[in-house]
Amino acid sequence: MDTINKMIVVKSHKVLPSDVAIKLYESKPDIFVKETCYGVLVTGERDVVENIILDIRKLDPYGIFIKERGFSPGEPFRCRSFRHGGSKPGFHNLQNDDAMLTYIASGLKALDKGEIPVETNKKKKLDIDKFVEIIKGSEVAK
Amino acid sequence: MKVFIYPTNSLILSDLVERFGHKPLAMMQVIGKKVRTQGLDSPPLNVTPEDPKFGLKYAAVEVPSGVRGRMALFDPLLTQAEAAVVVVDPVLSFGCQGCARTNELVNFLLRGKKIPLLRLDYPKDEEEAKLFVYKISEFLKSLKPEEVKK
Repeated sequence: MDTINKMIVVKSHKVLPSDVAIKLYESKPDIFVKETCYGVLVTGERDVVENIILDIRKLDPYGIFIKERGFSPGEPFRCRSFRHGGSKPGFHNLQNDDAMLTYIASGLKALDKGEIPVETNKKKKLDIDKFVEIIKGSEVAK
Repeated sequence: MKVFIYPTNSLILSDLVERFGHKPLAMMQVIGKKVRTQGLDSPPLNVTPEDPKFGLKYAAVEVPSGVRGRMALFDPLLTQAEAAVVVVDPVLSFGCQGCARTNELVNFLLRGKKIPLLRLDYPKDEEEAKLFVYKISEFLKSLKPEEVKK
């Protein structure tokens, strides 16, 4: 049996991780569901899980983000309860991505509306000669 | 189509690639396969004597073992990659969470593979995010869609 773990990250103003967990419990009995602070972890047979997450995404297409996860929920090498606390390995990556999810959601909304964004001029890096001038003009240099 | 993503454990890229109908090639799949394989005696990652050989395909023996070890995990992803979405210099892959030399080598190998490649920066505001999502969607639409299982 090919099992798969999926991490469902909920960043929505209308769906809570508990709603997703309940929906998952309703849909299939032979999956393992763990509700977390950022969303839900699901473990089960590949085909079953992949079909379920299509329905889960429909709950809020702009607020639910899904990726695969290597370790199963409660894995002793990862689970904080076995490692005596501290942040979960992968937490910083998730935190970094989580900060951008609202932007990505607005990007997806704009895409569905058919907006074509215009590329704005990027801020150029500070020119080295100008930087030298700034240093010379500063009080420290004097 | 199988699309390599970089950073290889990115939630955003993995989600977007899957959303637009392709299969993301992410590190989580390789790790998952390793930790779920039973009967090996070196948990948690179940690294076997066979693994360094995959790393040696890409880096010589005098190269730090961290690079070779990482390349052993990257190997199945790089060999399967048919296209790639790369975020240039993501902050998180620098420092103790990543390995700069491995990242350089992976990007170098991707460029050498002559596959469709999209390089962009992580968005810092809403406008940039709109462009980010738009570029990824256009890139993925231009690829051949993944075959639907019958």
